Amino acid sequence: MFYRETGQFKTSYAADQQIFPIRQDRIGIALLLVAAFVVVPLVAGNYWFNAILIPFLIFALAALGLNILTGYAGQLSLGSAAFMAVGAYAAYNFQVRVEGMPVLLSFILAGFTAAGVGILFGLPSLRIKGFYLAVATLAAQFFIVWCLTKFPYLSNNSSSGVISVPSVSILGFDFDTPQSRYLLVLTIVSLMALAAKNMVRSTTGRAWMAVRDMDVAAEVIGIRLMHTKLLAFAVSSFYCGVAGALYAFCYLGSVEPDGFSLDLSFKILFMIIVGGVGSILGSFLGAAFILLLPIFLDISLPAIAELLHLPFDSATVSHIQLMVFGALIMFFLVVEPHGLARLWQIAKEKLRLWPFPH
Amino acid sequence: MIKKAKQLVIASSIAAALFGAALPAAQAAEEQYFMIPSYRVGPYGANGQAFYGGFVDYLNYVNMKGGVDGVKLAWDECETEYNNAKGVECYERLKSKAKAAPGPIHTMSTGISYALVDKVTADKLPLAMMGYGLTMAVDGSVFPWAFPLVTTYQMQASAIIKFLKDKGGLDGKKIVFLYHDSAYGKEPILALEAESRLNKFNLVQIPVAHPGNEQGAQWQRIRQEKPDYVIMWGWGVMNMTAIKTAQKMGFPREKMIGSWWAGSEEDVIPAGDAAKGYMSATWNVSGKGVPLIADIEKTVYDGGKGNLSDKAKLGTILYNRGVSAAVLSVEAIRAAQAKYGKGKAMNGEQVRWGMENLNLTDARLKALGATGLLPEVKTSCDNHEGSGKVKMQQWDGSKWVVLTDWIEGNKALIHPLFQADAKKYAKEKGITPRDCAAEAKK
Repeated sequence: MFYRETGQFKTSYAADQQIFPIRQDRIGIALLLVAAFVVVPLVAGNYWFNAILIPFLIFALAALGLNILTGYAGQLSLGSAAFMAVGAYAAYNFQVRVEGMPVLLSFILAGFTAAGVGILFGLPSLRIKGFYLAVATLAAQFFIVWCLTKFPYLSNNSSSGVISVPSVSILGFDFDTPQSRYLLVLTIVSLMALAAKNMVRSTTGRAWMAVRDMDVAAEVIGIRLMHTKLLAFAVSSFYCGVAGALYAFCYLGSVEPDGFSLDLSFKILFMIIVGGVGSILGSFLGAAFILLLPIFLDISLPAIAELLHLPFDSATVSHIQLMVFGALIMFFLVVEPHGLARLWQIAKEKLRLWPFPH
Repeated sequence: MIKKAKQLVIASSIAAALFGAALPAAQAAEEQYFMIPSYRVGPYGANGQAFYGGFVDYLNYVNMKGGVDGVKLAWDECETEYNNAKGVECYERLKSKAKAAPGPIHTMSTGISYALVDKVTADKLPLAMMGYGLTMAVDGSVFPWAFPLVTTYQMQASAIIKFLKDKGGLDGKKIVFLYHDSAYGKEPILALEAESRLNKFNLVQIPVAHPGNEQGAQWQRIRQEKPDYVIMWGWGVMNMTAIKTAQKMGFPREKMIGSWWAGSEEDVIPAGDAAKGYMSATWNVSGKGVPLIADIEKTVYDGGKGNLSDKAKLGTILYNRGVSAAVLSVEAIRAAQAKYGKGKAMNGEQVRWGMENLNLTDARLKALGATGLLPEVKTSCDNHEGSGKVKMQQWDGSKWVVLTDWIEGNKALIHPLFQADAKKYAKEKGITPRDCAAEAKK
């Protein structure tokens, strides 16, 4: 009842082609943006910015990058963390080595550097598919981390290999408070999510999906495979690279190559599997689930234990947290194999009919 | 109905826990609060259990003895799993609670302490990195809030070189530096290179990729190089693998010297017989021979407040290290109280002052019952390290035997390296260093 498009007529092609053709969606997304840009900065505390919102947005961006590659173009990749590392280190080097380099420009250049590296490691995708490609991208994961450890030049000859990033300042404004950093990350992530949404609706995105569904058929109808696959790698790595730069500059402040391990790549992969493969919304939902649920359990379990008078120490709580987390992942995948984004879609369909079942 | 009520209770408790964490908690007047970002599970959980077991036991011990001049110690633990992002989350979660009267923060992780250095400066909370972490923070003029107390990797490497030199000269000898290829393993390289120029020995660097559970190639190379000594900067599984591989390749363990992260019971016992004769540096001794450790066992464990679930860890190297870390933290608070008012809870700035003006003499250590447990520590604005001394110990197959008295590294050679690094860091970050000489005059 609430979610019915009856009476909404589209009188032009522009109206028909807009991102959210249904009015309720437009209102919903506008409210969400207002909440994120205006309400949250006013009410949230430092803990929420530094420990929850900023990492959530950054990982959502990385998941979005991987979703473009894996979800839309069908190329399985295990190198997302490595591309994030490229972005983080590239942005750092641009900042430190080029006098007066604007931070935003160094983020963009970091994205392009990551895109270049992504294209290089995407080359095997022209010959191999599926799990075998995953193994090839695994090489990127190990090679890049090794490379960043091996060559001191890349970390500006820091004796420990750890880089500590300069402060973020744009046009004389210092992004030194958590609020301002949150707004910066939010702006970048919103713009890039909008770009991604438009990309997957355009010729490019349709070509990706055609390649994903059956590459021989796509080739027969005139889609250039090499061009399409490498473009997917480039765009995906660009997103991961910017996410990596934000991770270093707006979240941790100092990073080391070991931080971008295979574990992180898996984490990003799980985000899109749980959130929904081939869905922009899914990237956000998945990042929220994988990142926030452990924190939530970590905070709530001791309280519950105290309430029920169970003698838990902090180690036991951590073990239980891992078990509950694992069980919840399995539960969601069993209940809805297409991820949380699909659950939202089903909910929308239900709402459309509600309260009449037919 | 009952089910609903139960759900409601659980839901509200979850909400309370969540918002409780976000809001600053009310602090009892005279209480010093330690946030403990510990790790007891995960790949290094065994190490964390011993270290944080010792740490918490000492805090309990101080409380049972009446606190620090009446000020009780309080604390919360938060599991980091040795993961940087989780460590930052823990820090952010607990920092509002710690704001009023913080104790020094111990992360026991180089990565997490790196991530926290800037944050503690902004939040005015003192960060301790005892034998790990950002070593250039020795220069307190650039890092007022970070304290690599007792000693650093560089000073330790230098002390090991001194030990070898005293053993029979180093001129023309060959030393292999076998290291964990990470921030931790790379940090002593510059110091070792400087030492090799000074003492004219050949230095061969061989990295081991994380985790280091296969070292055939590295030890093949060591066999070809025929070094006089192998200095090892290992961590976790890498240590026992190195010791076992050395035995397989016929390299005498008596010529292997590990860092203090390569010198705990957890490293040598799994290697079995192969570890006999293996040496390592350490800044605290093991065993229950120290009166303080024995007293903790008596007071805390007999009082039923012991933190270790596996009591066998009591008196191990890492347990005693946790106790030492807690001793230094409490002494810093004591020093602050001596200046700013006895029996009062100290704020961040005051505790920071205490850490910067720590003077833990042998007489004080004796009064604490900790003679020989850790070296004397005297910090200042331009020296946040305070000691730079280690002892050498050797594994005899069942326990660590201390070989030497405290050996100090070559401060004149090593400290300028820190200052150069700190200067570069200050320039990159746009920090104006404090003027230590002027502050000392005041």
